[in-house]
Amino acid sequence: MAAQTVLQKLEILADAAKYDASCASSGTAKKNSLGGRGIGSTEGMGICHAYAPDGRCISLLKILLTNHCVFDCHYCVNRKSSNVARARFTPQEVVDLTLAFYRRNYIEGLFLSSGIVKNSNHTMEQIVEVARILREEHDFRGYIHLKTIPEADPEIVHQAGLYADRVSINVELPTDSGLTRLAPDKDARQIEGAMGKVKSDLVEAKDARKRFKHAPRFAPAGQSTQMIVGADAATDADIVGKASRLYDNFRLRRVYYSAFSPIPDASAVLPLKRPPLIREHRLYQSDWLMRFYGYKPTDVMQATEADGNLPLDIDPKLAWALKFREAFPVDVNRASKEQLLRVPGLGVKAVGKILASRRHRALRLDDVALLTQSITKVRPFIVTVDWRPITLTDRADLRSLLAPRTEQLELFAA
Amino acid sequence: MTALQHVKLGTYYVVHLPEADDFDFWRERARALVQCDVPPDRIAWVEPGGSGDLFAHGERRMPVPPMDAKPVRANRRFVSLAKNTILHSDPERFALLYRLLWRLQSNPRMMEDKADLDVRRVEELDKNVRRDSHKMHAFVRFRLVESEDEEVGEHYVAWFEPEHHILRANAGFFMRRFSNMRWSILTPRGSLHWDTETMSEGPPAERHDAPGGDPMEDLWRTYYASIFNPARLKIGAMLKEMPKKYWKNMPEAALIPDLIAGAQGREAKMVEKGALEFEERPDTLEAIDKAIHGCRKCPIGQLDNHAVMGEGPQDASLMIVGEQPGDQEDQIGRPFVGPAGQLLDAHLEKVGIDRRAAYVTNAVKHFKYVQRGKRRLHQNPGAKEIDTCRWWIESEREIVKPKLVLAMGASAARSVLGKTVSITKVRGAPIALEDGSELWVTAHPSYLLRLEGPAREEQARLFDADLAAVRQRLEELA
Repeated sequence: MAAQTVLQKLEILADAAKYDASCASSGTAKKNSLGGRGIGSTEGMGICHAYAPDGRCISLLKILLTNHCVFDCHYCVNRKSSNVARARFTPQEVVDLTLAFYRRNYIEGLFLSSGIVKNSNHTMEQIVEVARILREEHDFRGYIHLKTIPEADPEIVHQAGLYADRVSINVELPTDSGLTRLAPDKDARQIEGAMGKVKSDLVEAKDARKRFKHAPRFAPAGQSTQMIVGADAATDADIVGKASRLYDNFRLRRVYYSAFSPIPDASAVLPLKRPPLIREHRLYQSDWLMRFYGYKPTDVMQATEADGNLPLDIDPKLAWALKFREAFPVDVNRASKEQLLRVPGLGVKAVGKILASRRHRALRLDDVALLTQSITKVRPFIVTVDWRPITLTDRADLRSLLAPRTEQLELFAA
Repeated sequence: MTALQHVKLGTYYVVHLPEADDFDFWRERARALVQCDVPPDRIAWVEPGGSGDLFAHGERRMPVPPMDAKPVRANRRFVSLAKNTILHSDPERFALLYRLLWRLQSNPRMMEDKADLDVRRVEELDKNVRRDSHKMHAFVRFRLVESEDEEVGEHYVAWFEPEHHILRANAGFFMRRFSNMRWSILTPRGSLHWDTETMSEGPPAERHDAPGGDPMEDLWRTYYASIFNPARLKIGAMLKEMPKKYWKNMPEAALIPDLIAGAQGREAKMVEKGALEFEERPDTLEAIDKAIHGCRKCPIGQLDNHAVMGEGPQDASLMIVGEQPGDQEDQIGRPFVGPAGQLLDAHLEKVGIDRRAAYVTNAVKHFKYVQRGKRRLHQNPGAKEIDTCRWWIESEREIVKPKLVLAMGASAARSVLGKTVSITKVRGAPIALEDGSELWVTAHPSYLLRLEGPAREEQARLFDADLAAVRQRLEELA
């Protein structure tokens, strides 16, 4: 077989990376290339340089170093027993691609993952080598996200954190039994052990920087992880519980959910049907509620239905409100911020505007309408100077009144 | 002396701005006008190229504020909003900002009133400008121009069409990002040039002033087409963030119509290529028997062979799993009737296990072989084939519900565990299975058949030991 061109490799190795949900390039330390030899900057906010027809943002060159893998995880298209076309980049090829794309302003930086070749240490060394060349030889100051291999030597993983803005280790599946079944070569304790090590490295580096200004930075954008949803029997309640434990135990910046997607050459152990994409969306919404709205994991779990899953036809906030109708209506002119944040249809920004505005005027329904996206959603749950929903929250058909009439198709602008 | 004495009552003032984005100029004039108490509706703000016809006869000389005029108050929120709003292309922006500044003097906390129409409008303009800036950071596409002159070297040139007057305000972003790169951004509103040391501004440009292509774009388009998942098409979400008006200057956008049109086909291919369209799990052994005869989900099923179903009592407490039917099994249609089966029978009898009380089956239901002349030579099934066939053995396990599964050989072990294990490492001890039963692993009898002499004796002894352990365990479980 003739040697593959970079273009052919890119086609294979980008295609293989498309199941990774992570795309963020934000929240890292500010840096720019003034006074340096190279190029690159990060200014806090990440930039989406393009959007693909699947609605997802393209912010980083997201590729695999190789899709050869000695592991045999059933949900993964790159598993050993799969018949997909294989390719392998050299670290230098990845570096050249990253720089060429960055110079043309196509990307914010690099997100590098890899199948496991030879062994975990060898693979991790190759990943780190890419980051080393970029940082040391080219003085590249853009964003780098490295996927780390849990079985690799902690020393090499530590090196990764010194070069990268973010490191991540996938927990893969929400339950240990799911992991045992679908990723027989992986070990839940090892994965969490690696996360714990990264967390302590993060804490240590932060601490050192307080004392020494020039102490090396360690993954300033923190660590993240990804879970596959719908490949095993785990319920949304299981998933939310797992995510919140991960947030608490390992101080993760983000937990990404990836709805199990049909993969070419799938394994027979996988479920028959792919989960509805909306399920992934509901999980992100609940994640949002916990991170920005003050919901506790138990609140989200209480919003699930008898089968432990969040309803698909309405969002989790509305689901919670319909279950706890006694908490409503809320008086927009008097209620606390926490109470307002529980009102379906009121976002963080709208609540901020209400709080600021009500110091100047007693809000009427029309005023609230100006400050929110849709007053119809909000109306049954609030009281204003000129509006009081007397029986609405008691109506048995409230859910059908508020649920979108047709099946919602456009779901998740990542 | 009041401020009003400094202005002629009923006079209209016309302020011509030197640049559309000149915040400092606006601020200076606005401050003076407020100090002279000129009401908002008496001022016309005219930007370059804009029309000031309405007040053609207005006063162009600025009034001079009195010495004792009160300082003009504006909070930080207002100033930052105003700086950004000035960049908007709406000709009303200067008047709007002046009106707000005017009103701020009597109500210093007015900016907090988000329901106020002026506050809402200025926040809307600010949002538009921030969005346009953000899209400029994102959608500028540089193209490389290699100069003949070695000294000059590489030069990256982009063409961009901003909606608002944001070019100058965003120079810093590109300078900090591409400090050690020579670049130019050309727009219909002006151009920026950075030579790695100094920034210079140039006149408005036209599209043909910028290069028409870059060899890197083929790679970029390949990346763009490969990274998206056709199984999750969301065109609305894409259009919301990347409106069509930007497409014409983004090399990858030309691919979008074809990617969308081809997505369904690509997804169907993905699903077809791998996803095994299994029906509901069969719930009787007869149904499995029937179904495996029609199974063509892997290449073995395509060979000229028959499927071989497991046999034995449906309530057996022991399930014995072999690798796959052999030549004789395939012809007769029963498991373990060939040489390996006879050897197995002998060993079972020796340790006191009644084969008729066990459910005997195979990991793979069809015989895999290569034809050599008249002979069909046995071939080991691949991992993928074993995994595909798990569907059937799992269905059998669900119906028979054995307390103990004895897997003979690596293929059989894989079909129960889903992963490849080493026989020597796991034999002789139980492995707990998810359904509460336990798995024991031993060698496959055909392995014994291939050995000779002392090695065979040694393996036979180990095989017997495993079988004996299984028998003992079965008694405990009974």
